[in-house]
Amino acid sequence: MSRVKNKIIIILLLIPVWIIVYKYMQEMADFIIFRVFQMTPGKHLTETIRFFIYEVPKVMMLLVLIIFIVGVIRTYFSPEKTRKALEGKPLFVGNVLASVLGILTPFCSCSAIPLFLGFVEAGIPLGVTFSFLIAAPMINEVALVLLIGLFGWKVALIYVLTGLSIAIMAGFILEKLNLKRYVADWVYETHAKQTLEQDNSLTFNQRISSGGVVVREIVGKIWIYILIGIAVGAGAHGFVPDEYLAGALGSQNWYSVPLAILVGIPLYSNAAGIIPIVSVLIEKGVTLGTALAFMMSVIGLSLPEIIILKKVLKWQLIGVFIGVVAIGIVIVGVIFNYVLNF
Amino acid sequence: MEIKILGTGCARCKSLEKITRKAVEELNLDANVVKVEDIQRIMEYAVMRTPALVIDEKVVLSGQVPKVVKIKDLLTQNMQTYENI
Repeated sequence: MSRVKNKIIIILLLIPVWIIVYKYMQEMADFIIFRVFQMTPGKHLTETIRFFIYEVPKVMMLLVLIIFIVGVIRTYFSPEKTRKALEGKPLFVGNVLASVLGILTPFCSCSAIPLFLGFVEAGIPLGVTFSFLIAAPMINEVALVLLIGLFGWKVALIYVLTGLSIAIMAGFILEKLNLKRYVADWVYETHAKQTLEQDNSLTFNQRISSGGVVVREIVGKIWIYILIGIAVGAGAHGFVPDEYLAGALGSQNWYSVPLAILVGIPLYSNAAGIIPIVSVLIEKGVTLGTALAFMMSVIGLSLPEIIILKKVLKWQLIGVFIGVVAIGIVIVGVIFNYVLNF
Repeated sequence: MEIKILGTGCARCKSLEKITRKAVEELNLDANVVKVEDIQRIMEYAVMRTPALVIDEKVVLSGQVPKVVKIKDLLTQNMQTYENI
């Protein structure tokens, strides 16, 4: 038992250390660049390395903290509980709830099919299920971390809220379109032989360790993408002239948002690789609306996920699904480019 | 003893299979380990998260890839009930 207690004490001690290191990150990076390596300020290479040395530890630290917190919170949720919460909810309420739970429920796109079937079997409307399946990959903790780290919490909040709106509205519209006949026929013939009793009563200590496990698992998987993403971003930060992309992808062109989405769908990357690059796109003149749209289509509408869903949905439904979500993303992008003029 | 790994073939499913085989080997169990990849058959067990571990038709784990020790625990626990019957 004393070992378990130690765990919490260690975490409590780590928090102030974390805050101090995070706060003085820029000073430390500058110290290394200008004092230790004696590099000349303003040069392309200096700015590139400075960006890299500052961003990598910053993003990694945020990643560990936020994934840990989200990991602990998620131990209170499970797809089984979410399904129960969604059963029998009226349409719009169901969409809202499904989208919010999509963020909080532990979900891996490889489980998309069993989850879809489980929802369908419980009689949860198709549109509500879609709200979940749109929100779950699009708004994830890694995206959140990188957005906070590279753009600040305001942009992160905007991303979450607009992502939620798309998930809610797209799910609602998909339900109204009454597309049940485009679900693969065997889906409605699948029945569970047994019910699964779940024992989710964990102690707080177990939740803490579970958060630690999630951090190791996720950071272990994505650190390389983050390094590559930030390296590409750092290169562009130092060497590509500012406003370089303002012409093609700036707000002046009506087609910039749809173009960003079309480019984004076949690109498969997790949030880890794409967001550092997006942050540089913005720096080089791409407007926030276009960048958000690009990011959402890369993370939320990905080809591998569509291929997975193809097992349970006929192509007509996949087409409508992509269409509705893409239109939602276009609307968000255009609103940011023209109305809010960020 | 009949052990089934439910999973559609993702990386985590493969590692659960590997860990389970290792646990079976270390415990020296007379068990049959089968991988179930057909989604309709997976759904019969009502799991919503893959990979899942089924021991004698009972789902004991879903959505996790635990350490070998945990699998060993699960195996020995379920083995006792099995032998009592």
